[in-house]
Amino acid sequence: MINQPVTQEEKLLTRSLEGEKRAFMYGNEVVVWAALAAGAEFLFGYPITPQNEVMHYWSRLAPRYGRGFLQTEDELSAGFAVLGGIMAGARCFSATAGPGTVLFQEPLSMAEMMRIPMVLVVQQRGGPSTATVIYSQQEVFLTIFGGNGEGLRVVYSPGSHQEMYDLTIKAFATAWEYRFPTLVLGDGYQAKMREPVTLYDPREKGIDLKPTFPMVGLKGVPGVDREPAHWRNAFSVEEELYEVLKPIIDDFHRAAPSLSEKEEGFLEGVELIVVAHGIVGRSVRSAVRELREKDIPVGFFRPITLRPFPDKDIKNVLTACSRLLVVESAQGQLAKLIRIAIGGELEHSLKMYTYFRPGLGITAEEVVQEARAILNGEREKDASVALL
Amino acid sequence: MSEQSMPLSWRTETKPHKFCPGCGHGLVLKALGMAVDRLKIAERVLFGCDIGCSLLSWDFFNLDTVQTHHGRTVPFIVGAKRARPHLVGIAYMGDGGGYAIGVQHLVNATMRNERILVIIVNNTTYAMTGGQMAPTSLLGQKTETTPGGREPDQEGFPLRGPEMIASFAPEGAYVARGSVSQVQRLSRYLERGLENQLRDRGISVIEALSTCPTNWRTNAVDTWKYLEKEMTDYYPLGELVSPWKKNKAEEEVVRL
Ligand SMILES: Cc1ncc(C[n+]2csc(CCOP(=O)(O)OP(=O)(O)O)c2C)c(N)n1
Ligand code: SF4
Ligand SMILES: [Mg+2]
Repeated sequence: MINQPVTQEEKLLTRSLEGEKRAFMYGNEVVVWAALAAGAEFLFGYPITPQNEVMHYWSRLAPRYGRGFLQTEDELSAGFAVLGGIMAGARCFSATAGPGTVLFQEPLSMAEMMRIPMVLVVQQRGGPSTATVIYSQQEVFLTIFGGNGEGLRVVYSPGSHQEMYDLTIKAFATAWEYRFPTLVLGDGYQAKMREPVTLYDPREKGIDLKPTFPMVGLKGVPGVDREPAHWRNAFSVEEELYEVLKPIIDDFHRAAPSLSEKEEGFLEGVELIVVAHGIVGRSVRSAVRELREKDIPVGFFRPITLRPFPDKDIKNVLTACSRLLVVESAQGQLAKLIRIAIGGELEHSLKMYTYFRPGLGITAEEVVQEARAILNGEREKDASVALL
Repeated sequence: MSEQSMPLSWRTETKPHKFCPGCGHGLVLKALGMAVDRLKIAERVLFGCDIGCSLLSWDFFNLDTVQTHHGRTVPFIVGAKRARPHLVGIAYMGDGGGYAIGVQHLVNATMRNERILVIIVNNTTYAMTGGQMAPTSLLGQKTETTPGGREPDQEGFPLRGPEMIASFAPEGAYVARGSVSQVQRLSRYLERGLENQLRDRGISVIEALSTCPTNWRTNAVDTWKYLEKEMTDYYPLGELVSPWKKNKAEEEVVRL
């Protein structure tokens, strides 16, 4: 046989962890441990701050666990190499940020069209353009709708290092189960800050990391022992494309309810719901806790998947209380997602207040202040978001 | 196998192929098919085609094939080859894909001496999009975007890809330029390119001079004249870098 059994199984069995391990580490380091634990075999990447340490840690750890690494010439190359590696049967991934996320749209769109389970970790930095290398939540639309297509991706937004670990592992599980590109949308603060995290082997927790399989380089002589594998993403006529695309869109919508995730809290007798995602969700959670301690009826809602968005859950919450405050380190990207999620249904009753700080961090104190001001009638409902 | 019959690795179900009459792509693919047949490596080959008229080859062969994006076939094949080194990776593209939108991949893959075969079909134009200027369009050549002919002041001089690659090709690389006017010779270059990969020596970059009568708006005679005279004058055929050249004894042992 020419097709020697590859060392894939062996590699996947190379354990990076045994039992649980308590650690205190940077977010970028957490990503690497999660990818190792999830059985990622190869990282193709291009340096960009604030995700560089993903490559730094990976390039040191990978040889120890029999995994591969290549620094490519740009993000296009990294993305397409990931696709090539996955189609050849290896679990591959990459990490990027900002302008790199822009370049990744091309391989992501190919992954959407061809159902290639590509995993990409994004550590958001300031935008537009080169902006800052530090922090923002401005890559929400880019990660969800960035390609020339329909946004057929799954996007997780972790709010702690533990979630960064859990969701990066889950991203691999989701990608290989549903075969949509899956992104973990972190940010520069999370990437560069240290906090405690519990590392574990996902198999010990019963997490189903579907086995990889090659889409090309199959056994047997093509045309003699078997049909050749022919894969394409270009079509001659509209109907031909539609025939291929429609089932993909249907699959995505069918999977959406089981994929969407959220966290919510302090909803009893609530008069104002604060919505935030990712690291801002932390500030919101502590702000809400503080306000509740003073008997101020505020609750919170945090989408964990930005795509598919937890539509039903947010609708339920907003049916009980139609006054909400959207807090984000961007100019209304989350607010627009909420608008899309609730559609016309709650349009008239909804009172949306916003606290947008594009590219700036947001503290719990700021959220407390805003919430109080709204409840005291000192804030205007935001008209600009209504003009979506 | 006679030169007239179809290579074994061709897929009869998708013949006649989709290229225009007189197109050179079919001949390059014939030369490639013959090389794959001779080496008996069909089971290991991963054939990647670009966007451009090369995409019409997505179901051309009895070979596992992926049609990728414009200019991105090299990194795609690099990724597959790095992840599964037993594969024989072939990246097939036009001169636009290889020398314009994807040139950074070609240069860096060469620098890293990736164990892949890159085939660039030089038809001096962007054929699929309707005959615009390519980096390889000859001086004075009229294209849709150089209606008055290519001017060096404005559009620069035509790019000699293999010469560029040869200028920094690392030890073990194989770089050659063939032509569809000499299919057997082209096929031999391609075979060497593949063998270079099988021997794990280095990258192989092979340009194939080709024809596009549709966009050139030439009849059969003028098409062939343009290829054999104008193009070949500016783009000389031959092996530019070859590990075989160093070792006379090995020169003859092309077949494994
Ligand atoms: C990113 C991107 N830009 C532009 C195009 C449009 N496009 C399709 S084929 C092509 C040029 C093809 O020329 P070449 O690579 O020389 O191949 P040929 O058709 O001549 O064989 C272009 C510009 C595209 N598909 N993708
Ligand atoms: S347009 Fe030119 S390159 Fe494309 S198939 Fe026709 S002849 Fe060949
Ligand atoms: Mg061309």
